[in-house]
Amino acid sequence: MAVFRETVPRTFQEKLFELNWSVVLLLLLLGAVGVGMLYSAAEGAWNPWASRHFIRFLPGIAIMLVVALLPPRFWMGMAYPIFLGALALLVGVEFFGESVNGAQRWLDIGPIRMQPSEIMKIAVVLALARFYHDLPPEKVNSAFGLLVPAFLIGAPSALILHQPDLGTAVLVVVTGVAIVFLAGLSWRIIIGGGIAAAFAIPAFLRFGLEEYQRRRIFTFLNPEEDPLGAGYHIIQSKIALGSGGLTGRGFIEGTQTQLNFLPEKQTDFIFTILGEEFGFVGGLAVIGIYALVLANTVAIAAACKSTFLRLTVMGIATTFALYVFINIGMVTGLLPVVGVPLPLISYGGTVMVAVLFGFGLILGAHIHRNAEPPRGAGLFG
Amino acid sequence: MKSDRQEQQLKFTRRALMMGAGGAAVFTALGARLYQMQVVETERYRVLSEDNQFNFLLTPPSRGRILDRFGVPVADNRDSYRVVMIPEQAGDAEEALDRLGRIIEITPEQRDRILRNVQRAPRFRPVTIRDDLDWGSFAAINLQTPDLPGIIPEVAEIRDYPSGTAFAHILGYVQPASEIDAGNDQLLRHPGFRIGRTGAEAAREDTLRGSAGSLKVEVNAFGRVIRELPEQSNPAVPGEDVRLTIDADVQRFAYERLDGESAAAVAIDVESGDLLALASTPGFDPNLFVTGISQTQFNALNQNEFRPLFNKALQGTYPPASTFKAVVALAALEAGVINTTERITCTGSIELGNRTFNCWRRRGHGRVNLRDAVKSSCDVFFYEMAQRLGIDRIASAARQFGLGSAPEIGLAGVSRGIVPDEQWKLSRYGQRWSQGETLITAIGQGFMLASPLQMAVMTARLASGRSVSPRLYLDQPADQGQELVHDPAHLDIVRDALRAVVHEPGGTSYYSLGGLGVEGVEMAGKTGSSQVFSISAAEREAGVRSQSELPWRLRDHGMFICYAPADRPRYAVATVVEHGGGGSRAAAPPARDILRLLIERDPSAAGPFVQNTHGRQPT
Repeated sequence: MAVFRETVPRTFQEKLFELNWSVVLLLLLLGAVGVGMLYSAAEGAWNPWASRHFIRFLPGIAIMLVVALLPPRFWMGMAYPIFLGALALLVGVEFFGESVNGAQRWLDIGPIRMQPSEIMKIAVVLALARFYHDLPPEKVNSAFGLLVPAFLIGAPSALILHQPDLGTAVLVVVTGVAIVFLAGLSWRIIIGGGIAAAFAIPAFLRFGLEEYQRRRIFTFLNPEEDPLGAGYHIIQSKIALGSGGLTGRGFIEGTQTQLNFLPEKQTDFIFTILGEEFGFVGGLAVIGIYALVLANTVAIAAACKSTFLRLTVMGIATTFALYVFINIGMVTGLLPVVGVPLPLISYGGTVMVAVLFGFGLILGAHIHRNAEPPRGAGLFG
Repeated sequence: MKSDRQEQQLKFTRRALMMGAGGAAVFTALGARLYQMQVVETERYRVLSEDNQFNFLLTPPSRGRILDRFGVPVADNRDSYRVVMIPEQAGDAEEALDRLGRIIEITPEQRDRILRNVQRAPRFRPVTIRDDLDWGSFAAINLQTPDLPGIIPEVAEIRDYPSGTAFAHILGYVQPASEIDAGNDQLLRHPGFRIGRTGAEAAREDTLRGSAGSLKVEVNAFGRVIRELPEQSNPAVPGEDVRLTIDADVQRFAYERLDGESAAAVAIDVESGDLLALASTPGFDPNLFVTGISQTQFNALNQNEFRPLFNKALQGTYPPASTFKAVVALAALEAGVINTTERITCTGSIELGNRTFNCWRRRGHGRVNLRDAVKSSCDVFFYEMAQRLGIDRIASAARQFGLGSAPEIGLAGVSRGIVPDEQWKLSRYGQRWSQGETLITAIGQGFMLASPLQMAVMTARLASGRSVSPRLYLDQPADQGQELVHDPAHLDIVRDALRAVVHEPGGTSYYSLGGLGVEGVEMAGKTGSSQVFSISAAEREAGVRSQSELPWRLRDHGMFICYAPADRPRYAVATVVEHGGGGSRAAAPPARDILRLLIERDPSAAGPFVQNTHGRQPT
């Protein structure tokens, strides 16, 4: 920290100089891995996925940089409006959403087709960070300090669950809880909450899930029970990974991938292509890149002076880590199939933009790590 | 305030590091999981991956052909164009059929069947949509396959019966195995694979079928074949050909000669027992069954009064009637109850107890010896023989000549017929045998029943004097049997009488035949008419006088047995014409024509008329 100035950079050039280039490079590397894997998923062709992934990546990076250059004060001011907007969109999905695979997730607004739940992942983080930034630390464990975050987490996750999208709902809840934890929740409440959850989760599994979600979870517990139905994904995915061995079968040589035994391989199951074609070495390398990204973000968070930036960085990092963990855990058969993409590698525009937007906030936090916006600071105030 | 802030930052850093450590632990767990799958258990997954990647496709064997005795195929295989649907690839089966329906016709009946099959089978298993398409439709489908996902045009072998109808009863036909037959046999479940259902196709299934091969292929997840690996595959072993003793030309001739009647003809080589023709009319086109007969077509066959699906040559049983008298005559000579000179007076009837037994010739034959009696088919003479022999000796002679037991020719459903005796009647009806029944048995009426095949065998045995057994397949050993008579002179007497039936005035078929029609070759024969209905005195008065005035169903069955040459018998023919009226009129001319063809075709027979016109040698 000594090499950096203790002041906040103001000019464009200063800010660009302060950009955390190692994180940017790691993200570019992940995007490149994604392009490569999508090239293989199409049996060695740029179309339909690799080229579009690449083309989407460029504006994504641009958005990331713009987000990073904007001052924290701006994002603080935007936190609640963004949250309320995202909440409104989620309600909109309830009524006007487009159904894909039996779940209402997409909203068509003119030329843009989007998943409001992706926006909400970031909106919850910003809203919570803003809330704790404004909240005096001693009030964290007060009734007010508990109920507002409970609403900020509960309302969107309930709407997302109702779409139904269990994966994203879990993601939002866990991320939110992580922020609450980082904000200084007392251990007494943590332990009490833990015990309450131990009772609530079985009840939730029993009554709070759609039939297909429950089936997925049970299939996860015993995939061989239903080898051509719901268990098919998991079985084929495990075969692909396992047969990859130590060094893999070579680029575009994976039979599971190339012979189409893996459904949805370009989206949620893209890690299996990597595992099959590049083996344990390739899989571990990608996990390593993610770990490096995360280690960097934790360091960035620790260096931030303001609560808003710290919690924002850690919240986004948590979401990102959960993405990676749930996705890889899912394809390796450790977790149920819940439909979470592998960030920056899986094909899918909304998720990529959302992730890069999030990293824009992280990089922005790094640039403005010394900024200390006062409590209750407004948009430009 | 300041220290408060620092403390808060410290608390945050501590908790952030805790989360970081948690994250590290979770990522380590992922790495460990990958290690377990990709390094420790990789072999297991490699095997599963290969199971996915490679498949063994069953290659059905080519079915053996069925040939006639000269090697002419009568059941063959031809290329058939068909179209199948793989429901998994087709998506909505109804839509796929709609699309295909614009190119080829799919009847509502077929559509129902297809949709039923789609429902029943696993979605990756092909379902036949239409078999045996013409080339035009097939080409049209091929052209449009890009727009028809899951619809696959195929070329396959299908059974073909080039001579169709004339051979239907011998060959039977092939059909897809039923769900029950197929069980778990992948070959039987293979679409388009057919097994013999009836006839020789069924009886010789083991020889004809061959065994399936397997083709190792690389497949993708949809089961589409990416690559074939013939070097790692086993070729199918084609079925063996089966060679019949039948002469295809004679068979066709016999069939056509009888066509229009409900009739049967059997031609047999009296030395080897080879069946040369085994015709039953009307027949049916076995090809219909191969490609799938419609309910209407089947009903038409099944409900036809002439019973085309029934093999009358083997399965039909009829009273042998007067044709049996030759056997009784021989038995009487062998038993010594008659000689060639003794004459019996026929007054047109005899009395036995309180019953009158009529001769077919109401005014009687006068004084007849054995030769006259056979020639003119005198019933009264044989009533006398019946009394002298008794039923046991008559029945035993009948059995010696092949009646009362089913000949083993390697086809299913061959009738045993009936040779009645005291024992038989007791067990069948619980009644005692009566003397009168002996009398009518001796003229081949009453309880006695024989199939045309049995009548042919009986004739062959009379002609050869040996207990020849019929055979249908050339790969089965010929059985020439034992000598049947103690004194060959007795046989000569009966044969001479049978020759007289055709060649001498007064013979029952002298006027209808008068000879074989081949110069220098004489034939021998015996007529028979079995009564289906007695014309009553009342009807006679009412004006119904002859058979031709009766409704078809009530007319007599006509039958005729014959062999030639009369002096050195070689071929025998038996015919039955159901409700054809008398034997001499309905059954004798076709039998004679078949016999003549056999003599003309015989390569070993001497004379200008017996050249082998087809230049082929029997093997």
